[in-house]
Amino acid sequence: MIRVELPAHLRTLAQVAGEVQLQVGNPVTLGSVLDALEASYPVLRGSVRDHVTLRRRPFVRFFACEQDISLEPADYPLPDPVATGAEPLLIIGALAGG
Amino acid sequence: MGTKRKSAIKRPKKARTSGVRLLVGTRKGAFVLTSDGKRKQWEVTGPHFAGWEIYHLKGSPADPDRIYASQTSGWFGQKIQRSNDGGKTWENVGDKFVYEGTPGTHMWYDGTQHPWEFKRIWHLEPSLNDPDAVYAGAEDAALFQTNDGGKTWQELPGLRSAKGHLWQPGAGGMGLHTIVLDPGNPKRIFIAISAAGVFRTDDAGKSWKPVNTGLKSPYQLPDPDAEVGHCVHRIAMHPSRPGVLFMQKHWDVMRTDNSGESWSEVSGNLPTDFGFPIEVHAHEPETIYVVPIKSDSEHFPPDGKLRVYRSRTGGNEWEALTKGLPQRDCYVNVLRDAMTADSLDPCGVYFGTTGGQVYGSANAGNSWVPIVRDLPAVLSVEAQTLA
Repeated sequence: MIRVELPAHLRTLAQVAGEVQLQVGNPVTLGSVLDALEASYPVLRGSVRDHVTLRRRPFVRFFACEQDISLEPADYPLPDPVATGAEPLLIIGALAGG
Repeated sequence: MGTKRKSAIKRPKKARTSGVRLLVGTRKGAFVLTSDGKRKQWEVTGPHFAGWEIYHLKGSPADPDRIYASQTSGWFGQKIQRSNDGGKTWENVGDKFVYEGTPGTHMWYDGTQHPWEFKRIWHLEPSLNDPDAVYAGAEDAALFQTNDGGKTWQELPGLRSAKGHLWQPGAGGMGLHTIVLDPGNPKRIFIAISAAGVFRTDDAGKSWKPVNTGLKSPYQLPDPDAEVGHCVHRIAMHPSRPGVLFMQKHWDVMRTDNSGESWSEVSGNLPTDFGFPIEVHAHEPETIYVVPIKSDSEHFPPDGKLRVYRSRTGGNEWEALTKGLPQRDCYVNVLRDAMTADSLDPCGVYFGTTGGQVYGSANAGNSWVPIVRDLPAVLSVEAQTLA
């Protein structure tokens, strides 16, 4: 199972506590995990990626194994620890500052 | 969703035969304030959608328990929530707002053309007779509608053809913030945009025309009488006289008696004619309310005194309503969608502030009491009169 950690606002929206777990077929890519996330939680459509272009929303970031992979393409293969469920994929609301 | 608590004032003992529900949108969630017809004791529920900006909530006139809410975030985008039980429970419905065709461009701050980009829904206006039909005003300015209870939304693109390439955002964004439905003519709708002006359709949204003649913006526009570009803050109508509209502009309070064909200034003796909301008494079509704000650079009441001004003559002659409102050291603002009236007798008037207070008057503004004092900054207040 793939583990995904959502930011607080999206946990509220999806009505989940803690991490969510997703069944994702191989190859496990950034895009396939986001597809599975939106399929399991349709309320998140449009809140992580744009409805139409499927581009990452500007103030959303993706972290995996302490690396920022936000700028990687959808077919980017996630690191093995994430693909095997040892580590979560973190979806982050970018720091607002202030 | 949300927590529930009661205000310090005791709940009424008598059974409710009529009442008022206030739908309050704030920077950090939605609140529902409920009272019986006396409007002295209020129950407060919320926050609903805690942490999210709730730009606006509004109930269906055809089914008051059907309420729509615009939930938005600069990080996570737009959501539309719907309640079928008067705000007790909510469900996320459709939030896919896509401009029709090639979106095109509008004027940008530097005078260049800039692509239309959806940012959020500022205002929701349910149909007067169909709980599943709602209009939604967007930033960047456009009008959307749903006929299936919010599951799907379609743009009415004719609006952006009304000189949309000349529209330009103000500092607060280019939002379609006001939607006024003509109760006697379902094909006639008025909308207002900051900073483009007022537009009217007479064919249910297919085509639109600017109706800004008489507005003057000498410090905002190179041509003070331009056909579009005026920073209209809010318009209001009494349902018994749909040809009469009142307007709070960036500066100036205005009225039209011919459905927007021409406007005249009715600021009269106001201490300042800058402000955001304007509201009409439920039973007196010539009684209107504004909250004067010092200036466009100082968004707070003059002299630190929070005063609602009422005109019983449709403008020009105004009286300050101060009883129960802070008359010193008050530096809050009242935003454009944050004033409303119920239709009980006497008429109730309510407004929310950027300081988190919601004030109510059960006697048409003669005196005020704070219903709640410490909410997040209030973005919108809508009253529902319950049978």
